[in-house]
Amino acid sequence: MISSTPSQLNRKVNHSGSGAAKKMGYSLLYLILIMVAVFQLFPLVWLFFFSLKNNQEVFNLPPLSLPMNPHWENYAKVWGAGNIDIYFLNSVWITITATVFTVVLGSLVTFAITRMKWKGSSFVLGLFMVAMMIPVHSTLIPLFNIFNKIGLNDHPLSLVLTYTAFNMPITIMILLGFYYALPKEVEEASVIDGCNVNRMFFRIVLPMTSSVIATTAIINMIYNWNEFIFVNTFISSNEYKTLTVGVQNFIGQYTTDWGAIGATLMISILPILIAYLFLSDRIVEGIAAGSVKG
Amino acid sequence: MDQVMSNKKVIALYVLPSLLLILGIVYIPILLTGYYGLNEWNGIGAMKFIGLDNYQALIQDSKFWNSAWHSLLLAVFSGLSLILYLIVAMVVSARIKGANLFRKIYLIPMLLSSVAIAQLWLRMYNPTNGIINSFLVSLGVSDPPAWLAEPSLVLFAIFIPIIWQYAGFYILIYYSALKNIPTSLEEAAKIDGANAMQIAWKIKLPLIMEVIKVTIVLSVVGSLKYFDLIYVMTGGGPNGASEVMASYMYIEAFKSYNFGYGSAIGFFLLIICLVVTWIIRKLTATKETIQYS
Repeated sequence: MISSTPSQLNRKVNHSGSGAAKKMGYSLLYLILIMVAVFQLFPLVWLFFFSLKNNQEVFNLPPLSLPMNPHWENYAKVWGAGNIDIYFLNSVWITITATVFTVVLGSLVTFAITRMKWKGSSFVLGLFMVAMMIPVHSTLIPLFNIFNKIGLNDHPLSLVLTYTAFNMPITIMILLGFYYALPKEVEEASVIDGCNVNRMFFRIVLPMTSSVIATTAIINMIYNWNEFIFVNTFISSNEYKTLTVGVQNFIGQYTTDWGAIGATLMISILPILIAYLFLSDRIVEGIAAGSVKG
Repeated sequence: MDQVMSNKKVIALYVLPSLLLILGIVYIPILLTGYYGLNEWNGIGAMKFIGLDNYQALIQDSKFWNSAWHSLLLAVFSGLSLILYLIVAMVVSARIKGANLFRKIYLIPMLLSSVAIAQLWLRMYNPTNGIINSFLVSLGVSDPPAWLAEPSLVLFAIFIPIIWQYAGFYILIYYSALKNIPTSLEEAAKIDGANAMQIAWKIKLPLIMEVIKVTIVLSVVGSLKYFDLIYVMTGGGPNGASEVMASYMYIEAFKSYNFGYGSAIGFFLLIICLVVTWIIRKLTATKETIQYS
């Protein structure tokens, strides 16, 4: 004790009590964490397992048994049947288009609000922020009616427009902090060099915000990819449906083939899981940034 | 410099597209919802102005109050589950190995669509070969319940996947907030002899109070407008036992073609969400904000 270095002393003070108790405490903490992790992962593992089984195996083998001879053909079967491939491509292009619109428009607005001088900027910002508290369901009936009147019902543009509008607030919110922190000198220098605002924004500011743009883009993609109620309400023909609604319909028709259902669900969640595998830090950061600042 | 940065044309060019979009897709429809609610309308024919009749009918509609009660129950459940999430976040943020990995695993369900989650949990709850009842049978339960067909159980059965879906999200928020607390504060408290519980309760909790308030608003308002998962899992059934406000609105409008009545419900939902947000903010308003930097 007497010869302890400060850091050792600190540690002893930190965890008063014997080493054994401390060890037990840590084991308990890990036990809690592992139990939560199992709870979070287990349904997905089970889903993956039954996506590789046929009905006989699903019904007769114990639920957690590994698929003995994995039926990868379940995946090939659902990909070819029931328009899943079409839904998948629709999801891809609608997700990407809406995300690009949201991020570009959101960046322009955020730049104008944070860096430019005009009356009403805080009011406009308020409009965007209040929109975050508005339940999408309360807009559904009029939107359906408006789109009906202007011929956008059953048209993918209705999805692109609604996704862009409803993701705008959170996008602006994530961008705000970053834009406020941009050094003013950059603008001053570029003005002295004779830049106009457009050039300054597109050539200097936008590239400087690329990291936060990546974060917002990923968050947007996750939301757009998973969106359900707008597609379900506005889109009726199979050629425009996205994966969430497509999966729902497909499963409605094949309620008994568990392998096919499992494979369909896996196909619909795999892109997100793969993206998460590579971009988890960005995604975590984006979700945290987008939610806490409110 | 100022001249460049207050160029009206540029500002209009940058702001107007998004502003028009949010007005056209969010604000104007909200006003229209209120207006449609004053009409009798089947969605196709002409609207017939009937004043507050829909709202009066709404007040006397026991099915609506049933759905509102279920939404409220979900909000209470969700509010309570925040305590659970907070505890886990405290554990994860204690400086232990692998904290990052745990946090990332927890977030995975949040990334999936509600439809996929609902379909997956439909299979989990399947009475004959779902994993939950298979497990119960292997434990010796002879007659496990048909979870989603049981009016008294269905709301609880729906609540489990909701916890599953959002756990990672709230744990992440709390974790980020806890990580922002300077370690020096915790160390000072330890030197003063505080134990882990005291530090959590007396130091960490007050410091992340602002974030806790935000999460309360998020989870309560989120539950009030909860829709996708319930719509897919039970469609509000059995016999309305899991109907919530948003699903009742959807069914009235798009299934029964009572667009006027549906709009009244939609407008009511909006008012409730805004009022509840405002009340929670008022109730939890701090007189002074804690500064630590």
